[in-house]
Amino acid sequence: MNTMLNKSMRIAALLAVTFSTSHVLAADKIIKIDGSSTVYPITEAMAEEFQKAQKVKVTVGESGTGGGFKKFCRGETDISDASRPITQKEMDICKEAGIQYIELPIAYDALTVVVNTKNDWVKSLSVDDLKNIWQPGSSVKNWKQVNAAYPDKAMGLYGPGTASGTFDYFTEAVNGKSKASRTDYTPSEDDNVLVQGVSGNVGGMAYFGYAYYAENKDKLRAIPISAKPGSVAVMPSPEAVKDGTYQPLSRPIFIYVNATAAAFKPEVKAFVNFYLDNAPKLVAEVKYVPLPSSDYAAVKAHFKALKPGTGFGGKNEVGIKIQDLINRIK
Amino acid sequence: MTTETLKTKASVLENLVAVRAMIRRHKRNDVIFAAIGLIALMLGLLTLLTLFIDLVMDGYPRFNLEFFSNFPSRRAANAGLLSAWVGSLLVMAVTFLTAVPMGVAAGLYLEEYAPKNWFSDLIEINVSNLAGVPSIIYGLLALGLFVYGLGLGESILTAGLTLGLLTLPVVIVSTREAIRGIPVAIREAAYAVGATKWQVVKDHVVKYSQGGILTGVIIGMSRAIGETAPIITIGALTFIAFLPPAPITEVAPFINFEWLSSGFTVLPIQMFNWLSRPDHAFHTNAAATGAIIILLTLLMNGTAIYLRYQIRKNIKW
Repeated sequence: MNTMLNKSMRIAALLAVTFSTSHVLAADKIIKIDGSSTVYPITEAMAEEFQKAQKVKVTVGESGTGGGFKKFCRGETDISDASRPITQKEMDICKEAGIQYIELPIAYDALTVVVNTKNDWVKSLSVDDLKNIWQPGSSVKNWKQVNAAYPDKAMGLYGPGTASGTFDYFTEAVNGKSKASRTDYTPSEDDNVLVQGVSGNVGGMAYFGYAYYAENKDKLRAIPISAKPGSVAVMPSPEAVKDGTYQPLSRPIFIYVNATAAAFKPEVKAFVNFYLDNAPKLVAEVKYVPLPSSDYAAVKAHFKALKPGTGFGGKNEVGIKIQDLINRIK
Repeated sequence: MTTETLKTKASVLENLVAVRAMIRRHKRNDVIFAAIGLIALMLGLLTLLTLFIDLVMDGYPRFNLEFFSNFPSRRAANAGLLSAWVGSLLVMAVTFLTAVPMGVAAGLYLEEYAPKNWFSDLIEINVSNLAGVPSIIYGLLALGLFVYGLGLGESILTAGLTLGLLTLPVVIVSTREAIRGIPVAIREAAYAVGATKWQVVKDHVVKYSQGGILTGVIIGMSRAIGETAPIITIGALTFIAFLPPAPITEVAPFINFEWLSSGFTVLPIQMFNWLSRPDHAFHTNAAATGAIIILLTLLMNGTAIYLRYQIRKNIKW
């Protein structure tokens, strides 16, 4: 037993030496970020590059948009990642705690409707078709029910879970009311599960963020979407999102910066500026769609002015222009 | 030869045939049961083996030193486990330091000191029940108690204490089992030469049950190292590209407790994050991490078996 103890103490000492030599002891500055898993890859890329350039520590959590706002409104984080605007309820909680925030759109995401690669009958869908399929109480169970010209094939529906910002936005854009959806589909918080589901089911259909489609083009087929029946159907692509033709399924995603931290913590200010400066390059690298450069300039100016508040007033909106959004807060 | 003797001979022969048939039948049952047992064993082992081989085949491009010495990154090929394995190590250290002394003390008390009454029975039932409580429940308890109640925040200390609670019942139960295995004669001999209860416990009970206790501790710890749900509940981070402050410093007083309140991530969380990424290259990282977690668990269990063997070898009664 004694020799064993000696041995374990030696190991502990060894580890301690490894730690102490590899680490400088100093009260380093730290920036805490939490929130949406959709925005996570962008913020992670920013944090990685920022830490290479500056001696500031950045941590990023992934509690979801709602979970992130809970921490943010308690003052536990400096920045909150969000795949949807802040809700009225969250605004109230923040206000009560005296937390003010600066709302910054940082990129676009395109919700993509996908089907199995063996599905050769659907050429495009209109938002009305989608509503017909996804609205609460929908009885559509077969592709024939969507369009008489489609074959008699059972439909397998897959979608994100109800806690997801993607779910909130899709239901708002398609069904007209956030969180209003049929419930008899296979939900998963993990988009890779949805990819698996549709690629294994000939009659399968799902919706999720563009990045998951971009990485799985060999397994899935994206459906062009038309805003109204008869209007031109647009295939989701970075170009279509940028020029505003892929509507209503492209949405802005945000970071919310604690206004006090932005004003009084130089490292937070430096990080957000770094974020906006590097967004065009890094956002595209992690397969999201950057805003037009004129929009980034507007967002930067907005951050420089340190104007707190939200342009949404607690409600999500479909198809809003970034510059209009910013002008509302001024 | 009379017909009588002939008849007896025939009946004996008949009996012999029946007995031999019976023996054959029983031997066949033996073989059948052994085969069923082997199949059952193989089912478990082969499943684990297939899983492990599959993970290794998917993850082998990442088995290099950089995978262990790099921080997470948006580029799958550069992303590494450094913050995750250091986090796991420090969390497990806290778990070990809380669960073992408390668990062994509680086990000793219940087995050696506790009066046999309804209250002890109640505690006993509760302890066995705790061993089966789903881990997410511990996470919720920890979120309310450690994170908000005691204000420890989302720190290594909170995670270690949470997993310590999770491991505690396993340690208590295995301590008691180990103590029960000590022959009564040993205690009686000690009492006979005038030892006090504390001396008996300290010099004999603890000493001889070390092997069993150690096994329980390591089995509990290898369960804890793979836990994800309670750690996510208390709010572990996903991206953290720095290490907690070192526990031992170059300047006096040489020991530094700052690391306890540092943010952290652990191996299973890092794996979970990589698995849910759209980019398939990250799935390779996740597979490699999975293989490493299985290897770690095997290593810990192997150590338990080895130490138990070493300790038992030295005990002669």
